[in-house]
Amino acid sequence: MSNTARTLYQKIWDAHVVEQRDDGTALIYIDRHLVHEVTSPQAFEALRAAGRKVRRPDLTLAVPDHNLPTTARRTADGARVPIADFESAQQLEALERNAPAFGIRYIGDADAEQGIVHVVGPEQGFSLPGATIVCGDSHTACHGGLGALAFGIGTSEVEHVLATQTLLLKQSKTMEVRVEGQLQPGVTAKDVVLHITGVLGAAGGTGSVIEYTGSVIRDLSIEGRLTISNMAIEHGARAGLCAPDEKTFAYLKGRPYAPKGADWDKAVAWWTSLATDTGAKYDKVVVIDAADIAPSVTWGTSPEDVLPITGVIPAPESFADPSKQDAARASLEYMGLTPGQLLEDVEVQNIFIGSCTNSRIEDMRAAAAILKGRHKADNVKWAIVVPGSGLVKKQAEDEGLDRIFVEAGFEWREPGCSACLGMNPDKVPAGERCASTSNRNFVGRQGPGARTHLVSPAMAAAAAVTGRLTDVRKLMA
Amino acid sequence: MEPVNQIDGRAIPFGRKNVDTDVIIPAKWLKTITRQGLGRGAFEALRADPDNIFDSAEFSGSPILIAGDNFGCGSSREHAAWALLDLGIKAVIAPSFSDIFSGNAFKNGILTVVLPQEAIDRLMEVAQTDPVMIDLESQTVSTPFQDRFSFEIDAFRKNCLINGLDEVGLTMARDTAISTHEAKMRDQLPFLARGTDAVAAA
Repeated sequence: MSNTARTLYQKIWDAHVVEQRDDGTALIYIDRHLVHEVTSPQAFEALRAAGRKVRRPDLTLAVPDHNLPTTARRTADGARVPIADFESAQQLEALERNAPAFGIRYIGDADAEQGIVHVVGPEQGFSLPGATIVCGDSHTACHGGLGALAFGIGTSEVEHVLATQTLLLKQSKTMEVRVEGQLQPGVTAKDVVLHITGVLGAAGGTGSVIEYTGSVIRDLSIEGRLTISNMAIEHGARAGLCAPDEKTFAYLKGRPYAPKGADWDKAVAWWTSLATDTGAKYDKVVVIDAADIAPSVTWGTSPEDVLPITGVIPAPESFADPSKQDAARASLEYMGLTPGQLLEDVEVQNIFIGSCTNSRIEDMRAAAAILKGRHKADNVKWAIVVPGSGLVKKQAEDEGLDRIFVEAGFEWREPGCSACLGMNPDKVPAGERCASTSNRNFVGRQGPGARTHLVSPAMAAAAAVTGRLTDVRKLMA
Repeated sequence: MEPVNQIDGRAIPFGRKNVDTDVIIPAKWLKTITRQGLGRGAFEALRADPDNIFDSAEFSGSPILIAGDNFGCGSSREHAAWALLDLGIKAVIAPSFSDIFSGNAFKNGILTVVLPQEAIDRLMEVAQTDPVMIDLESQTVSTPFQDRFSFEIDAFRKNCLINGLDEVGLTMARDTAISTHEAKMRDQLPFLARGTDAVAAA
């Protein structure tokens, strides 16, 4: 370990080096491994074939999320409602079989704690500041909102972590994205991260771990920080980090797997010491003024295609880079949009509130605050709210939010990944638009031919009310 | 893992740039629970054309694929590597690869060979009618016409591929170092060392 000033990333890295190699790689210890049904079956299969065990089942937590239908999973008398898609059912069954066989704690499809892995980890206190966290899913960076070094891995790496609890890694570059100032009313964490993605570009963070700093990040709730870090991958970063602070500790205290008693005090002392030292250098620093961030929306098929809601659809020729011009042309054709068109004139037929980016209680509240006493427009054919976990769902119901959604014409669903990627039956029909609180607007992401506009939960609610992309500030009291 | 050294045979002169993993294996194929059988979904959209190169009498089953820049970009799905393997592809030659794809390919014993575009152009020409030879030991790609192109490869990866070493097995052999680290963690950061058994411990 070095005595010079270190960044948060460097401190977490240093604490996890099992062995440093001459070629610049290091064997890094993994503290927490989240497992879901899509990227794990082949890893378990390989362990079985080689007669290997899971080294630390106690540091592994399994929960199904990607494939599960968001309709009722049990009948009134408790029997499982069969999953119509044979392969989805098969992936779920594989995880149900593999987790107990390897001694891993498994949260079942109808358990109260079930939800999206990236919502469940923090909520259970399984994800902790300063921990190294991996999952076979690119949005694992989410847990960086707590100050954990968290990143997505492929299935062979899932197998490697299951067998050895380590990964062979090269250190990443560091980048600071500092957001200073005060957010305007109607501007949320999602707008901040969409704006950052627009500024950096989809590949702007490639090879880097980004630490989000500044007064805006400090002022955000933990839910908001999780939303920001969640989309680190959308600007190309390996991982995102927000320094743990009193808010982080208050969020974690008392959660099922969070440290208790003397462990807790020791943990808080260490977490506090992780903050980037004065004088520590990042490889790159980007400063963003909060005053420049408006409620934002994507117009194209890359998360970097971000504009303030007050903007107009750009002309491809307006981009300097010829390859971006081509990409913009293809995006506009796919999205069915014309240069010069006002974003606020774009009609939407579908609304999706959910995903690991925006399905926590704060997101439910923000959407409900806009929808209260209002109803979705007639041209909105399908509007669903998919809470991030059973516990979020329960809390929302206790607060009466579910009734607000249902009265506004939304369907109130069971937790899971849902229409973010359409591996389950929740898909957006071809040629139709969706104002979606998810994280990717790729071609076909929400279903073949589906057109996605990424927005915050409040903006999704506003679009539902008017049937068009809408500046949420017009609907705020 | 099967040791990889010499890969000789016909090479599919595909040549396309920015082939993303959605093109290599569309999302609907991600629902499988095994690594096998994904060859059926490999390049599915392109193979809808009955005259596609992958199913042609000449190139079907070829062990080598020649592609353009940035091969394997996009999603991290390892299914892309499994699909190529199931199609019989043991090596891909291109001017550049996405990092995640080349890592996934390596972990599955697929050799990714980086060569400059001029070399790719020449190999595309030869591949139309003749075989291509890759020798990992000497790090060269050659043709029956005295073409000989050298390529670079990470020493660790080369060693693993040539000896068929499995990375999981290699790391498991570092058990003492891992156990030492775990003991240090239990002592210094006990709250990280306890996972789902923390409830029982409390």
